[in-house]
Amino acid sequence: MNLFQSVNSAMDVALGEDPSAVIFGEDVAFGGVFRCSIGLKDKYGADRVFNTPLSEQGIVAFGIGLAVAGATAVAEIQFADYIFPAFDQITNEAAKFRYRTGNLFDCGKLTIRTPCGAVGHGALYHSQSPEAFFSHIAGVKVVMPRGPIQAKGLLLSCIKEEDPCIFFEPKILYRAAIEEVPTGDYTIPLGKAEVVIEGSDVTMVGYGTQVHVLREVASMAQEKLNVSCEVIDLRTLLPYDLNTILKSVIKTGRMIITHEAPQTMGYAAEIATAVQEECFLNLEAPIQRVCGYDTPFAHVYEPFYMPDKWRLFEAVKKVVNF
Amino acid sequence: MFTRNFYRLSKYLRKPCNKNACELRKLHISAALWSNQSPSRFEEKPEFPGSRSKFIHKLSFIQPDDIEGIPVYRVMNRKGEIIEESEDPHLDKDTVIKMYRDMTLLNTMDKILYESQRQGRISFYMTNFGEEGTHIGSAAALSLKDMVFGQYREAGVLMWRGFTLDQFMDQCYGNCNDHGEGKQMPVHYGSKELNFVTISSTLATQMPQASGAAYALKRKGKDLCVICYFGEGAASEGDAHAAFNFAATLECPIIFFCRNNGYAISTPTKDQYRGDGIASRGAGYGMATIRVDGNDVFATYNATKAARDMCVKECRPVLIEAMTYRLGHHSTSDDSSAYRSVDEAAYWDKQDTPIARLRYFMISKGWWDDNKEKEWKTESKQMVMETFARAEARKKPNPELLFTDVYKNMEWHIEKQQKAMKQHVTNYAEHYPLDNFERWKD
Repeated sequence: MNLFQSVNSAMDVALGEDPSAVIFGEDVAFGGVFRCSIGLKDKYGADRVFNTPLSEQGIVAFGIGLAVAGATAVAEIQFADYIFPAFDQITNEAAKFRYRTGNLFDCGKLTIRTPCGAVGHGALYHSQSPEAFFSHIAGVKVVMPRGPIQAKGLLLSCIKEEDPCIFFEPKILYRAAIEEVPTGDYTIPLGKAEVVIEGSDVTMVGYGTQVHVLREVASMAQEKLNVSCEVIDLRTLLPYDLNTILKSVIKTGRMIITHEAPQTMGYAAEIATAVQEECFLNLEAPIQRVCGYDTPFAHVYEPFYMPDKWRLFEAVKKVVNF
Repeated sequence: MFTRNFYRLSKYLRKPCNKNACELRKLHISAALWSNQSPSRFEEKPEFPGSRSKFIHKLSFIQPDDIEGIPVYRVMNRKGEIIEESEDPHLDKDTVIKMYRDMTLLNTMDKILYESQRQGRISFYMTNFGEEGTHIGSAAALSLKDMVFGQYREAGVLMWRGFTLDQFMDQCYGNCNDHGEGKQMPVHYGSKELNFVTISSTLATQMPQASGAAYALKRKGKDLCVICYFGEGAASEGDAHAAFNFAATLECPIIFFCRNNGYAISTPTKDQYRGDGIASRGAGYGMATIRVDGNDVFATYNATKAARDMCVKECRPVLIEAMTYRLGHHSTSDDSSAYRSVDEAAYWDKQDTPIARLRYFMISKGWWDDNKEKEWKTESKQMVMETFARAEARKKPNPELLFTDVYKNMEWHIEKQQKAMKQHVTNYAEHYPLDNFERWKD
């Protein structure tokens, strides 16, 4: 299955197992603009797989209400670039529901799914990676898979998780990534990073599409520099698995963090700070961040903007030669 | 024969609703294709997918000033006299007395808690003066299992359902008995047993949530509805628009109940909207709508009851705009004499309050008199004062609770911070107000 098929499979499982589960958002009824919900309306009915009017704040809030009333709600925001009208509902309502009500009410059964990330031609409003904004909100969980097998298991975990989750789907992987995905029900635990490639010299931390770039960089580093890189996929961005990162940095003493989102106040800043707090004396070199530049995501300049394998390769050299 | 049947069927399908409009259009198109009549007869109606109406051949605009305002439905006049006998809900004596007692008990509690904020005993308070009728009239028409999403000025709904004075005051004090665990400012009440979703300070955010909750209730098939209260100011928020549109398109059993009390803090309605209030928007979304005298508990009751029936039996949303007047200040952080004349508020207090109008009615029925009034005033004040003393004496919850319920299970990073807080506070104990709080176990 590719990524959109594995997401489809996850939702098929969820709808099949949980009679209260519903899927909704713009254009989900006919199958969705990325085909993630294809066939589900015919299989489960128009009351369970339905279109909403065009309003992200409405979609997320409707989902919160469904969840508060006890239904499992899977809300789709068509592009992560358009999630911002819902930011108030996510920050002030979804994230704080259980806390502010003293656990009388909660919207744990809410999952928001949204395509994110560079796709080659998306420009400002079809390429964004806004995960950092959401990782700053106490009370939500933020997840981003790197491929179809991860996506299905992590999405099912999000749907079953009793906290509101935001599930980012790297859109460039929808068709490009193809793996042998189990057809039944399975979950991958949230809050746990995965060491995708073991290594001894440099720790490289990323998530989503960037994990594949890191894998390539690890090969390049081994081949051209004889440097052994450990590649870690965070998978869950909030709460994140600091322990796995620390274990790795204690071993290697050098770290690179990378994401497509802009550098300043970005996700990598948190990881870098947390690691230097705990592993200051283990570090052999300053921690490197290889990120998007502090600009909006431009159209024709995408090849220059991206934190590509050459910028990462350069970072490996820098961190090893400090 | 074909044309006769076609027109008969067509007339039936002219009942306004999207499904019928689609069917009608299909019929017209197929009839035009197959009939031997000239095609021009079937170009009489516009066929655009987005609207349903007829063509017009003279340029003219809809001018809002030419449209008469939506009338206000009332059952009792200001003297508590029933105007149209057929509209009297004929509620029994016990129900009417409960309505009166709940409104006046709320009024008494409001006076005392407002004062307590002035004296620095609680941090903040919002009164319900003048709007008690909107709460009690609507609450009395619902089932206890109907879910309530409120804004912040609906304490009477809780009162009606059985929220105790202790529960009100424990929340205002944020003490160890508060079910909300002291996490929110006063008046942010909530109750799981009474199906009253906890208040949040953000305005109108509850509205599209209420639509979603109503959809869930519909799918559960329990013949329940949701009621969502909001003010005329909150109705300007984008969330309100989303709420109405989602409820209508997704056929949600929800009553949208707008308390139009004339002010959003200092902003009068003329700065809030230019159309005919909130009620005029209802039809625009495809919702059944009524405007009601919110100071008339019977009118409010009748409207809410009828709305509930529509919601539950026909699975569609209903908008009620209850006209009323905010007698008090917006909150303890507000002094309304800065933006409205004291005379204006005094006028409403004297001429038109839900409490006075119901009292006149009760007196006319022989169900109430000056003695009962005096007794009840004394009794209710005493109840409030005793509860007040109890609530004030209770300690605040254990400070560990600062960290609970961020997630269902406490995550590692929050637990780490909880430990750090406890360690720090233990080391600097004299600088923290620990005496007012329950202790944690070391």
